Amino acid sequence: MRWRRIVAVARKEALQVVRDPRSLMIALLLPLMQMFLLGYGVKLDVDRIPLCVVDEDGSQGSRELVERFTSSRYFALRAVDRTVAPAVRHIDLGECRLALVLPPRLAERLAGGGATLQLLVDGTDSNTATIAAGYARNVIDSHATMLQLQALERHGYPTHALRPLDVRPRVWFNEDLESSYFIIPGVVALVMSVIGSQLSSLTIAREWERGTMELLVSTPVTRLELMIGKLAPYFAIGLVDAAICVLVAVGWFGVPFRGALVTLLGTTSLFLSVVLAIGYLVSVSIRSQVGASQVALVLTMLPTTLLSGFTFPIDQMPAVVQGVTTLVSARYYVTILKAIFLKGSSALELALPIACLALYAAVVVALAARAFRKTLD
Amino acid sequence: MSAVSGAAISVDRLGKRFGDFAALTDVSFDVEPGEVMGFLGPNGAGKSTLIRILCGLLRPSGGRARVAGLDVAADPEAVRRRIGYMSQRFSLYDDLSVAENLRFFGRIYGVTARDIGERLRAAVEMADLTGREDVPAGSLAGGWKQRLALGCAILHRPQVLFLDEPTSGVDPSSRRRFWSLIHDLAGQGVSVLVSTHYMDEAEYCMRVAMIAAGRLIALGAPHELKQRSAGGTLLEVACADTAHALEIAATVAGVRDAAVFGNTVHVTATLPQARDAVLAALVTAGLADARVRAIPPSMEDMFVHLVQAARAPAADRSTA
Repeated sequence: MRWRRIVAVARKEALQVVRDPRSLMIALLLPLMQMFLLGYGVKLDVDRIPLCVVDEDGSQGSRELVERFTSSRYFALRAVDRTVAPAVRHIDLGECRLALVLPPRLAERLAGGGATLQLLVDGTDSNTATIAAGYARNVIDSHATMLQLQALERHGYPTHALRPLDVRPRVWFNEDLESSYFIIPGVVALVMSVIGSQLSSLTIAREWERGTMELLVSTPVTRLELMIGKLAPYFAIGLVDAAICVLVAVGWFGVPFRGALVTLLGTTSLFLSVVLAIGYLVSVSIRSQVGASQVALVLTMLPTTLLSGFTFPIDQMPAVVQGVTTLVSARYYVTILKAIFLKGSSALELALPIACLALYAAVVVALAARAFRKTLD
Repeated sequence: MSAVSGAAISVDRLGKRFGDFAALTDVSFDVEPGEVMGFLGPNGAGKSTLIRILCGLLRPSGGRARVAGLDVAADPEAVRRRIGYMSQRFSLYDDLSVAENLRFFGRIYGVTARDIGERLRAAVEMADLTGREDVPAGSLAGGWKQRLALGCAILHRPQVLFLDEPTSGVDPSSRRRFWSLIHDLAGQGVSVLVSTHYMDEAEYCMRVAMIAAGRLIALGAPHELKQRSAGGTLLEVACADTAHALEIAATVAGVRDAAVFGNTVHVTATLPQARDAVLAALVTAGLADARVRAIPPSMEDMFVHLVQAARAPAADRSTA
């Protein structure tokens, strides 16, 4: 292996990237676009649920209950009607997800032993519906408890003894349960895998497409020198992109960064090696730039989105699918990123996913180095 | 032909098959140091396949080939360090400048940092590209592109140079200029194997190998081949009724072959007195306007004749 030949290839490749608008776009614009699109687009929080109220009672009591909903950050009151018909329309049109129906003579019924409220829920998105109904229940339950206590007080009971269990949950790592904190480190992984594989998927295909490969294979450059030289500029670009992603995550989205930069740099380098090698493998096998970039996109984007634990928690997947995720390199990187960002985990604590990622990198890089044949046969 | 030690290229019963198609069959020849060897043949004859095998780009299916003393199948990398190659299609980087292309190939071939500046200047001068070092290679005209490609192929001072149809699509004055560069290199001891489908370019070569349908059908110095292929004298018959003249001439004793060539008939005669016999036969047949003269055979005559002879080897004594 000659250092000089590697540098020659790397320099040539860098010049070509700088002069190729398509590569430049992928390298610099795409990561920013993806960070903002996905950072804002992928939200798992259920809050500000559009709500309408059918207040058939119209008493002070019913208004107190409605107030409880409007003061909660989980609900946004859109309309108050006197009859059910307009509320049904709101749900049909998708303006509201939830309709709370308060029956007439609510205060009277409460005094007489209890009232029944109706909750109409739009169940098209079952996940949101379940969460919304749960939130509504909590609001109503706490209101009911308050009413009970008030009633008891009026009858002279000491109310302080009536709270046998009091739960005070305290959330660690993501104190505000911001789903963006949990999503954005995953977005960084997604961006890195798409960018890395896209850039390297063009590199060999471009030589075939432009007819420069014939001369290149006639030179004494070895396939290892060729691979290292060709991927080196993309590795550098990948690290710059990683820096951009982290800056946007921390600076714009306010995601806390609690770990060590060195750990981030090391693991990002490992992951970059994996995705660059995957793109290179694709580029060697498919001799057209468009074809190679599409295959590379499918090979990296899909598993990273679906099977890395980026959006869907792995431990809730069926056992077979969980098995499949062990073959997805992004799975380890997503785990590592979330831990570095939110938990401030050290490299030692992350030894297992780091080892898996390192093994993965070793295998894919070895395959990529051997894939290219210096013949035209 | 066996591998002679000291030969720059030594090819022994080389064959290449692509599936059922025999691209090359039983090709043998040697090229000496400092020799310019031309490969002549129509498109698809196997010239590019042969050059690619010698450059280690294709693996031979049979036989042996040594370049610069090294077996191309056994040690292609060592061969690659000692050769320069110019492929049929322009295959430098269009988006890199003249100087960037030269520097890239120089480094890839291991030209040291100390030498590269001087070699680059020499190559730019040779290619007549002084002042255009920063122009993108893709925007150069044909003749300059081709000389730049030659420059890239010789920066590392290779012992052997393979040029695959380097002059196709280049204007005649650039072609002449290119050939003089090739002879300069040969003068410095470089062996050059150059393929072409321009018959007239064979005259620039010290020796010519004719290749058709994957077989070597003739090998020798251009003047030698012409004489040999004529197998005697080539006569040109000019008259109004060429079809009739062809018929008559073919029946004359001592005539081996007759073919229409443009608006004349070319007659190959084995006997020196055939000229008079042909003229007499034509006049007797009523073709009073017929004129017959001996002409030197062109490369094209030679090639047509050799291909015919190769198809019927038993009937011919002149093939190599």
